[in-house]
Amino acid sequence: MYHQAVFQRNKKNGTISLILQFNLAIKDIPEVTHEAKKALAGQLPAVGRSMCVEISLKTSEGDSMELEIWCLEMNEKCDKEIKVSYTVYNRLSLLLKSLLAITRVTPAYRLSRKQGHEYVILYRIYFGEVQLSGLGEGFQTVRVGTVGTPVGTITLSCAYRINLAFMSTRQFERTPPIMGIIIDHFVDRPYPSSSPMHPCNYRAGEDNGAVYPSVEDSQEVCTTSFSTSPPSQCVFTVTKAHFQTPPPVVTDTLKVPVMGLAFSHQLSSSRLSYQPAALGVGSADMGYPVLFAGGLNAAHPHQLIGPGKEGGVPPVPSQPAHGTQADQERMCTPLDGVHYSAATPSSSEDTETVSNSSEGKCGSPHDLLETIFIRKVGAFVNKPINQVTMANLDIPFAMFAPKNVELEDNDPMVNPPESPETESPLQGSLHSEGSSGSSTGNTHDDFVMIDFKPAFSKDDILPMDLGTFYREFQNPPQLSSLSIDIGAQSMAEDLDSLPEKLAVHEKNVKEFDAFVETLQ
Amino acid sequence: MNCRAEVLEVSVEGRQVEEAMLAVLHTILLHRSTGKFHYKKEGTYSIGTVGTQDVDCDFIDFAYVRVSSEELDRALRKAVGEFKDALRGSGSDGMGQISLEFYQKKKSRWPFSDECIPWELWTIKVNVVNLANEQERQICREKVGEKLCEKIINIVEVMNRHEYLPKMPTQSEVDNVFDTSLKDVQPYLYKISYQITDSLGTSVTTTMRRLIKDTLAL
Repeated sequence: MYHQAVFQRNKKNGTISLILQFNLAIKDIPEVTHEAKKALAGQLPAVGRSMCVEISLKTSEGDSMELEIWCLEMNEKCDKEIKVSYTVYNRLSLLLKSLLAITRVTPAYRLSRKQGHEYVILYRIYFGEVQLSGLGEGFQTVRVGTVGTPVGTITLSCAYRINLAFMSTRQFERTPPIMGIIIDHFVDRPYPSSSPMHPCNYRAGEDNGAVYPSVEDSQEVCTTSFSTSPPSQCVFTVTKAHFQTPPPVVTDTLKVPVMGLAFSHQLSSSRLSYQPAALGVGSADMGYPVLFAGGLNAAHPHQLIGPGKEGGVPPVPSQPAHGTQADQERMCTPLDGVHYSAATPSSSEDTETVSNSSEGKCGSPHDLLETIFIRKVGAFVNKPINQVTMANLDIPFAMFAPKNVELEDNDPMVNPPESPETESPLQGSLHSEGSSGSSTGNTHDDFVMIDFKPAFSKDDILPMDLGTFYREFQNPPQLSSLSIDIGAQSMAEDLDSLPEKLAVHEKNVKEFDAFVETLQ
Repeated sequence: MNCRAEVLEVSVEGRQVEEAMLAVLHTILLHRSTGKFHYKKEGTYSIGTVGTQDVDCDFIDFAYVRVSSEELDRALRKAVGEFKDALRGSGSDGMGQISLEFYQKKKSRWPFSDECIPWELWTIKVNVVNLANEQERQICREKVGEKLCEKIINIVEVMNRHEYLPKMPTQSEVDNVFDTSLKDVQPYLYKISYQITDSLGTSVTTTMRRLIKDTLAL
C-alpha cells in the first residue's frame, strides 16, 4: 500500500536521509523518527486513541507554554468502496502537502524560526485523548484534511494557541518544574538553534509533588531574560538544589518568605549585589542558580521578590552548569544542569546532581524558606530611603549624587531650585568653576563645568554664539504674572482696583473702537 | 461539467503584490502537482517524488512552502511580474485580479481544435493600498501576513474536500491532463490570466489573457 523508499546520501558533515513517502521528499530527523516509533509502539491510531504531537515553548527560566497540538484521529466511518492503491494514496499525499502548508501558518512556526538563546521549541508525542487545556483560552482549530479508508476515516487537525501572552503562572502550578534552574542572561550558550530536540517526558495526570520523572537526555535550553528594564524589582523563580551545598550567605535589607515545590535557597550574595569587581571572575566563583522570570506574578508562591538591578540581571561571566561544584562560593547546583551539558563532559556529574536534587525535592517539597535579599535600586525608581543605604546605591552618575541620603524635600526633581537673578546672559544654571566667562550663579555641587563648548558653534559669525544663547535661555526668569508680588495680592485688593481700571477703559473706549475697526 | 470556482481577496501594498500572489499560487500548485509519471510496459506507472522548500517573504511577515522546481517558480514569477507591471501601469486605483485555471484538454477531430475544459478556477482579487509612513507599512506587513495565513487555510480546506479531480490518464492521454513540459514536477494543466480593474469596477480596455503554455498551436 505504501510506496516508501529511503534514500541516503552522505555529506561531508553528516548523513541526510530522505523519506520518499507519498511521493514527497521530506528530510528525516532520526531522533524524531525514533521518538515517534517509540510512541507508536507498533500500533496505529484508532478510535479513541489519537496520535497527538504537542508543540510547546520553553524559556530558559523553565517556564513553558503549549503552542499547538497536532492530532491524527481515526473514526469508525469506513468507506469500503474506496480504492486504496490509488485514491487513498493520492489523498494521503494531498494531506501531507496540506500539512506542510499549514505548519507554516501557525504562530508557532514563526516562534520556532527565532528559537535559540531565549527559548526553544519542544515536542511531545503521545497517544490517547487530545489534551487541549494547555492551549489557553480561545485557541483555534484548523482541520487540515480528512481521508476515508476502508478501515476508518483519518482526520488531521491542529489546535493552536492564539494568546501568546506568557502564562507562566498557570504552567508552573500545573507542571512541576522538572527542568530545574536556568541561568544567566549574559552567557553565550554554544547550542545551535537547529539542534535536535527531545520530547518532554512529563505525562499529564501525574500528581504534583510526586516523583518527578527523570530526564533521560539532555535538553539544550538557552538562557533568556524576560525581565523588563529597568526594574526596581525583579521576580525570581528559584528551584531547590540538593542539600550538599552550604546555606546561602546574603546581606540583608529585605526578607521574603518563600515556599514552593522546588527551590534553590542557595543564592550567593555576590550574585545579588552588583559589584563591578565581580566581572571577570571565573565560573568557579560565581554560582548562579537563580531563575529570572520577569513579568511573573509576584504573589506566586514559587517566586521571590528579589532585588532588581537597573538594566536587568547582574552580568554573569560564565555558566555554572559546566563545571565544578565543589567550590565553597558556589551556592547552588542548578537542577537543570543536565540539560546544559549536552556538549560538555560534565554531564555525568550533572546527572548525579539531578538525581540528588530529585531526592531532595521529594524529601521536603514544602519547606518554608526565608531568604534575605539586597534590594537594588533602579535608575529611575523612587528610592525608599529607609531600605537603601549608600553602600547599595547603584544609580548612574552616582558619583555626582549627594553624599548624604536624600530627602524628598531636597530632591531637585521634586522641588526645582529657584531661578537665580541673572544680570548677564552668561549666568545660568550651568555653573562652572574656574572657567573664563562663567557665571557665578547657583553653585550646585554636583555639576562642575569647566568650559562649555557647544558642538558646531562658532564664535566669529554671530554676535551671540550658541553657547551664549544656551546659557542665557537655559534658565529664563519667571513670568511676572507668576511672581510672588502678584500672588501676594489679596482678592479684595484686586476687586477694589477693578473699578478704576474700568473707568480708564471707558474713557478710552473710542480709541479701542477705532482700533477694532482697523482690524476688520 | 461545472467548474469549481474559488475567490480570494487580499489588500496589499504595492511592493507586496508579487510575494502575496506567489505565495497563493505556489500553495495551490503544491496541491495540484505530482512527481513525473514514469510509465512501464505493463501499463503501470510510477510517480516520481516532489521536493518542497520554504520561501520567506521579504515584505510580508509570512513564509510558505512551494514545490522545489525552479522551472515552475520561473513560470509563476513571470506571470505575476506581468500582473504587477500591469497593475502599476494601469493608472487605476490599483485593483485587479489574477486567475489560475486548471483545465483538461479534450481531443477534437479535425478541423476543430482541442477543447480546454476548466475544472477548477482560483481567482485572487488584489487591492493595492498606498501607505503614508513606515509605521503603517510595518502594521501592513503583519496584517497581510495574517491574512495570507487565512488564505492558505482556506486553500487547504478546499483542497481537502476531495471534489472532482481528473482521472489518472494513460500514457497517451497524460498530456491532456498534466503539464509534462517541466523536468522535475508535473502539475495539472493550468493557465494564468489577469485583469486590471479601473476605479469604476469595470475591465479596462481589453482583458489580457496570458498563456503560460501554448497548447492550442495548430
